[in-house]
Amino acid sequence: MVERSPATRRTLWFVLALVFAFLYIPIAVLVTLSFNEGGLPTAWSGFSLKWYVSLAGNSAILSAALNTLIVALVSTAIATLLGTLLAIGIEMRRQYGKGLEALIFAPMIIPDIVLAIALLSFFSMLNLTMGLHTIILAHVVFNLAFVCSVVRARLKSFDWSIVEASTDLGASAITTFRRVTLPVILPAVIAGALLAFTLSVDEFIIAFFTAGAGRASTTLPMQIYAMIRFGITPEINALATIVMAVSVTALTLSQRLNRGMIGQ
Amino acid sequence: MAPALVWLTALMVVPCALVLALAFFRRGIYGGIEYTFTLENFGLVFDPLYAGIFLNSARIAGTATLVAVVIGYAAAYAIAAAPRRWQPVFLFFAVLPFWSNYLIRTYAWIVLLNREGLVTQLLRWFGYTGEPPSMLYTEGAVIAGLVYNYLPFVILACYAPLSRLNPELAEASRDLGASAMTTFRRIILPLTVPGIAAGAVFVFVLSIGNFVTPALLGGGRFQMIGNLVYDQFLTANDWPFGAALAMALIAIMLVVLMAQAFAANRASGHAAEVRSDANG
Repeated sequence: MVERSPATRRTLWFVLALVFAFLYIPIAVLVTLSFNEGGLPTAWSGFSLKWYVSLAGNSAILSAALNTLIVALVSTAIATLLGTLLAIGIEMRRQYGKGLEALIFAPMIIPDIVLAIALLSFFSMLNLTMGLHTIILAHVVFNLAFVCSVVRARLKSFDWSIVEASTDLGASAITTFRRVTLPVILPAVIAGALLAFTLSVDEFIIAFFTAGAGRASTTLPMQIYAMIRFGITPEINALATIVMAVSVTALTLSQRLNRGMIGQ
Repeated sequence: MAPALVWLTALMVVPCALVLALAFFRRGIYGGIEYTFTLENFGLVFDPLYAGIFLNSARIAGTATLVAVVIGYAAAYAIAAAPRRWQPVFLFFAVLPFWSNYLIRTYAWIVLLNREGLVTQLLRWFGYTGEPPSMLYTEGAVIAGLVYNYLPFVILACYAPLSRLNPELAEASRDLGASAMTTFRRIILPLTVPGIAAGAVFVFVLSIGNFVTPALLGGGRFQMIGNLVYDQFLTANDWPFGAALAMALIAIMLVVLMAQAFAANRASGHAAEVRSDANG
């Protein structure tokens, strides 16, 4: 950019420092407190892992974590399959209407609360018993849209003539997909799956509305919400630290796969 | 692609159409739904009591948007002005918090703002001895939470046009005698409007429909549309009215999106003008 005076440059660095402080201090405080022996935000009484240990003994949290894992894995698997096929279908055809575009874009922009009440109304109108399966059905909706958009971005630069070549050489459609198309788009498929997994692990509102009554289908974010409403406990700090570490890892991985792809 | 489209139709289009239809029915005496056509629910949306909540939500979301855009734009500007090789790193760390759980990011503010939280501790450390200030469960706390949660997106949206800005344009403006302020106002700002608009729309749309932040940081004292919808479905059991509120929310969202498209359109017109002026 333009030449800047030292004073301007100092101001810009100062702005940057302030913004990063604003973004990271709340998280840093949370993570620090999770290792605080006394658990109180008022005083540091020594490093301890006891809140992590006490998490391991909390059956409500463990069962919620298991539920979240089930929901995230199943909905990611379905969404990755459907989203990838959808992306290939759209990009292969090249001609698609605005309606289709809107249909795929919609799950990413509809407010969560609207989709949540829509699904709640729908499931209860069908007299469906709600539980983990309805959360999975719901999570696939937005997960599939995200997987589709990640894979489509990769397919934009895909050379379809190699698919034709493979078919001309006598390969079946399935062989062509497995040996030609898939290897090329695999990084994007994995990146999309990781993104979907993280979104599903973190999703609260839609799960909250489609989980039905009873504690059996409580997911981790629902459990966290209930705990937060109850007040501050050192256990939440520890749980929050773990959840943050997991999502940041998954998304950094997803980002790297995507970046590696662009570099190819 | 068919299975995916069936999935989206069955579990998004149909349920949303159902909510739209629901909004035209009457609430049953015992909470159920009575299938007689009515426009009452939409009328109720404009009832002073509820219209007030809409205005309240719009004010809170609007303030959060304004604050987020000012901070986010300044941050994006500073990142774009940093040495090139550092820019991706700064950007990565600006967006990183956005990837952690929303509830947890909101909870972090409860830890900071509660009566014995870090802010109170800091005040004490500086010699403050009075009552701990009440910061949690205020409108300010709700706004701070919204800004905190959505800031990374504004930075990202504003950085894109700022990093693409041709430095020669600003130089030309300076050479022609414009002050730094005039250059910013007449050249840089107009060219980066699309980024600002995208960021602002994102913050506004997500804030106005939010129910988690007002519930946690506002302590339920600051009702927003999201909380109202939540209440109609889960506590008051007036689904038709809840559906009408949700539709009103969608309508607001569409208006805001159209305004964004309009702003982006005008900005691209202005960009062409600046460029042709620069060339001619």
